Amino acid sequence: MNIETILFYFFAASTVFSALRVITARNPLHSVMFLVLAFVSSAGIWLLLEAEFLAIALVLVYVGAVMVLFLFVVMMLDINIEKLRKDYLQWLPAGALLATLIVVQMVFVLGDKAASTGMTAVKHASDYSNTKELGRLIYTDYVYPFELAAVLLLVAMVAAIALTFRRRRDSKRQDVRWQVNVKRNDRVRIISMPATKKNEVSGADEAHAAD
Amino acid sequence: MIELLQTVHQMGEGLLGAAWMPVWTVVKILVIVLPIMGGVAYYTLAERKVLGFMQVRPGPNRVGWWGLMQPIADGIKLLLKEFIIPSGANKFLFLAAPVMALTPALAAWAVVPFFEGGTLANVNAGLLYLLAMTSLGVYGIIIAGWASNSKYAFLGALRSAAQIVSYELAMGFALVCVLLAAQSLNMGEIVQGQQSEYGLFGWYWVPLFPMFIVYFLAGVAETNRAPFDLAEDESAIVAGFHTEYSGMGFALFFLAEYANMILIAALTVVFFLGGYLNPFHGWGVLGELTDQIPGLFWMLAKMSIFLFLFLWLRATFPRYRYDQLMRLGWKVFIPLTLIWVVVVASWMQTSLWVW
Repeated sequence: MNIETILFYFFAASTVFSALRVITARNPLHSVMFLVLAFVSSAGIWLLLEAEFLAIALVLVYVGAVMVLFLFVVMMLDINIEKLRKDYLQWLPAGALLATLIVVQMVFVLGDKAASTGMTAVKHASDYSNTKELGRLIYTDYVYPFELAAVLLLVAMVAAIALTFRRRRDSKRQDVRWQVNVKRNDRVRIISMPATKKNEVSGADEAHAAD
Repeated sequence: MIELLQTVHQMGEGLLGAAWMPVWTVVKILVIVLPIMGGVAYYTLAERKVLGFMQVRPGPNRVGWWGLMQPIADGIKLLLKEFIIPSGANKFLFLAAPVMALTPALAAWAVVPFFEGGTLANVNAGLLYLLAMTSLGVYGIIIAGWASNSKYAFLGALRSAAQIVSYELAMGFALVCVLLAAQSLNMGEIVQGQQSEYGLFGWYWVPLFPMFIVYFLAGVAETNRAPFDLAEDESAIVAGFHTEYSGMGFALFFLAEYANMILIAALTVVFFLGGYLNPFHGWGVLGELTDQIPGLFWMLAKMSIFLFLFLWLRATFPRYRYDQLMRLGWKVFIPLTLIWVVVVASWMQTSLWVW
């Protein structure tokens, strides 16, 4: 048993455990944190497969951005945990059925390939760059599917914003550009006030006292 | 420098055999982390001194000579203070949060080149690794805010999460320009790509000047420093996400913040100011003379400029309002970086690209 096998089993066990905890944890925030752990562990497995670009991209995009927004939403929601747990058993069979289906599909797709190559990943020389190889494939052989996916995502983003964006007519929002462009002369007026003479002031005081 | 390392490496290998590899890695990690910790301690003193001088007062000057023992006194004070866990707090996450803040701040240093060949891990996708590590730091802040069971901490965490996610985009696009120019994700190759006969004019700050500014300012925002320190806005939300932390918990957040500032300074230098390269290289006699100075000196000297800039910004500017901060990130930085990516990509196809 070499170090890579030990690392693989470590990451695999950690992925499976945290994935299970995502659905069994009582607190939704704990679920999110376990999902983060699941992502990080699968990134570790990808690193073992010399797919460093995918591994780092997984951490960067999912852990660094998507899950932060998840946390953001979960923290803001007022979730009634008791109510959420009530239907757990009722929906468990449906979920289990779906999961089995996915596993069966995965076995059909991947099982054949794994068996034919003798379950070993191809080792590359140390100067092999996964990033470069991936970039070459995406921007040459798969450039149309890649761009299509990008446009689809853009459309989805624009649609989501267009559906939820509501500009209130009566809102008193501040126009930052206008605020930033304010010059000193718009706000401060310097007026010339000549100093008053001493006897004028004392004269005024006496007049005031006489009242 | 590299010869010295190789001599030590060969000597150790002869001495310990297979067991040398982990020992050597741990030694290298300590050689990087311990100076950073020392740097953090004295950076806090430098901050108080610089702020003091800028406000025409002496700053800390009671402990030791010219206040030089002040960080140690602060450290002992924080170490001996009671660590209070608020009632209703999520105990595990409350304790884990400071660790989650500090770990990525230190882990990111693994790929930073300090001198030629002087990195802990010469990763091919080093730049991506850095982006991933700096984006993980936000977890410490969010978890701290949530686990504290305090509304001020929670508000600070929410502000911080939104702020970091927004500025990370601008930061990422600025780095896309750097990797376009360097044609590599490897940190060592990015520095080597800036080597030229024109000294400091061969560095990427010339063609990528707007990105250089955006990257550093986004870095200031990402480390929650003034004028973007909305997450710990003491005039509105007490101390933000670390309101409920005392003693060492607070000290760890402090360490993480300063370690991140030093990291941003180092990265700005590596990406835009030629890392360990000599600024006068190729400038006749001056270039030949200064080429004798080791790269580590240039690296540290350039980093000091940015470390001072952090303090200067804090002493000069009032805090941003939150909507102004979001506007700067989304409506100024991100469009600017997007345009510059296209500009650099087209520029590189012409013969006018000389970097």
